Amino acid sequence: MEDIRTLLNLVYILSAVTFILGFKLMGRPTTARQGNILSAVGMAAAVVATLMFPEVVRYTYIAGGLAIGAVIGAFFAFRTPMTGMPQMVGLLNGFGGAASLLVAWAEFVARPDQPVYQGIIIWLTVLIGTVTLSGSLVAWAKLEERFIPTKPVLYPGQRIVSVLLLAAILGGGIWFALDMAAPTAVQVLGAVTVLAFILGILLVIPIGGADMPVVISLLNSYSGMAACASGFIIQNNLLIVAGALVGASGIILTLIMCKAMNRSVANVVLGGFGADMPGKAQDVVGEIKPVKPDEAYLILEAANSVVIVPGYGLAVSQAQHAVRELMEALEKNGTEVRFAIHPVAGRMPGHMNVLLAEANIPYDALVEMDAINPTMDTVDVCMIIGANDVVNPAALEDKSSPLWGMPIIEAHRARTVIVMKRSMGKGFAGVENPLFFRNNTRMLFGDAKASLQALVNEFKGGS
Amino acid sequence: MEVLIFLLFILVLAIFLGFEIISKVPSLLHTPLMSGSNAISGVTIVGALIAAGLGEGEDTAALIGGVAVAFATINVVGGYLVTNRMLSMFKKKDK
Repeated sequence: MEDIRTLLNLVYILSAVTFILGFKLMGRPTTARQGNILSAVGMAAAVVATLMFPEVVRYTYIAGGLAIGAVIGAFFAFRTPMTGMPQMVGLLNGFGGAASLLVAWAEFVARPDQPVYQGIIIWLTVLIGTVTLSGSLVAWAKLEERFIPTKPVLYPGQRIVSVLLLAAILGGGIWFALDMAAPTAVQVLGAVTVLAFILGILLVIPIGGADMPVVISLLNSYSGMAACASGFIIQNNLLIVAGALVGASGIILTLIMCKAMNRSVANVVLGGFGADMPGKAQDVVGEIKPVKPDEAYLILEAANSVVIVPGYGLAVSQAQHAVRELMEALEKNGTEVRFAIHPVAGRMPGHMNVLLAEANIPYDALVEMDAINPTMDTVDVCMIIGANDVVNPAALEDKSSPLWGMPIIEAHRARTVIVMKRSMGKGFAGVENPLFFRNNTRMLFGDAKASLQALVNEFKGGS
Repeated sequence: MEVLIFLLFILVLAIFLGFEIISKVPSLLHTPLMSGSNAISGVTIVGALIAAGLGEGEDTAALIGGVAVAFATINVVGGYLVTNRMLSMFKKKDK
């Protein structure tokens, strides 16, 4: 009996190794896919090993859960469009939290007479898991732009309510852990679950739509921590190692996102950004110089190097494929084309890269902000498509701007800037963009897809 | 209690390891990294399976475990498949 246990635990070690190697292979686009497959094989091995433990004697619920979960999971994986990836990842974070919280509940129901430290771990798992679940549901609804307004929802006394809730959850935790075997313990843990659910909602609801990349990253981290905590309950190293890896990954992404917006994690999490912006009118000098596609074509036709700065607006107008056609036309014309990707372009970390990869744009044409900025002076034309705040020079020049200090793609240093825009609306942050008024800037108004198509047609007609 | 200290030890080492490996992933791959780590956070499935497999007299716990298996499986299956779908789109210039 003990032999099989040892053997199965060795399988867990192997699984942990595949997860670690998988993450390592994820470091390069050429090996990332193998890394993912390796990691999946490790997970499958862990599942099979678990089923062979002698205490696993009932298979009906297992079969049902596996079948339902696999169908729903596969449905999500194949049906979600790439633009909807943030919502899907958000929802999956929540399901991970739900699974961990249920594992904690099951353990408590099965074995209520346990030492105090075990009670604390169960309580902690329920807390993290539930907050992850309800927080992710709110984030999902905000990203889907359904049920809940995208704008920050603020009400008086917000923080006090959250602090009181947390205090009640803490109190409940002490009460629960001190005597898990007491008949009231079920109600106490139930109350803690309900309060944690409300807490998760209250934590995410004041955060604005523009900050969702940070929230998704943070919830990703929480789902890892919840898995980690449930590993302590069943004393399983695999869960602890895997959970810690995911937790670290989420934290790293959170910090990268915050740095790219020049905000602290606390500033994002406390929320309300964009809800009460001063809306102060900056003195913008210069005038708007609109161009027609045929004039823009002449500028592009003469360029040796073009840098395209895509924003989420590009994806909204489904213009990824049109932009690839323009890229091909430019390259045929002997122009070097690169894409400058800001870390917060899109709605989750790395989102823009996926959207462009889907349109068959090779990844070696995608350049990170820090790599493109030093070369910007030698760029003939910088084309901005559906991006705004991430190219706003006020971030570098205007100390009174809300964007001050945020790292930007320095598009204004290119010889000519062409901005594709639907109208003169403001960016997510609601801040005026002086770039549009510069001498070297030309505005190409209209739907991004239509404008790109018009440019491609000019190239076809001209050559 | 001794086990707990041992598990904490593992946890601390794993956190450091995580920070080391994952900070090397380029921003190009951050979305697949996230969906992939999503799949890995479904490792809770191990705990869920043990609970769902509990025998007679533990019906409630086993049922809760079964629901947990479903949630964790969505994470595992959905996460790995969508990551694979995304990564298969990343191509190098073929010239």
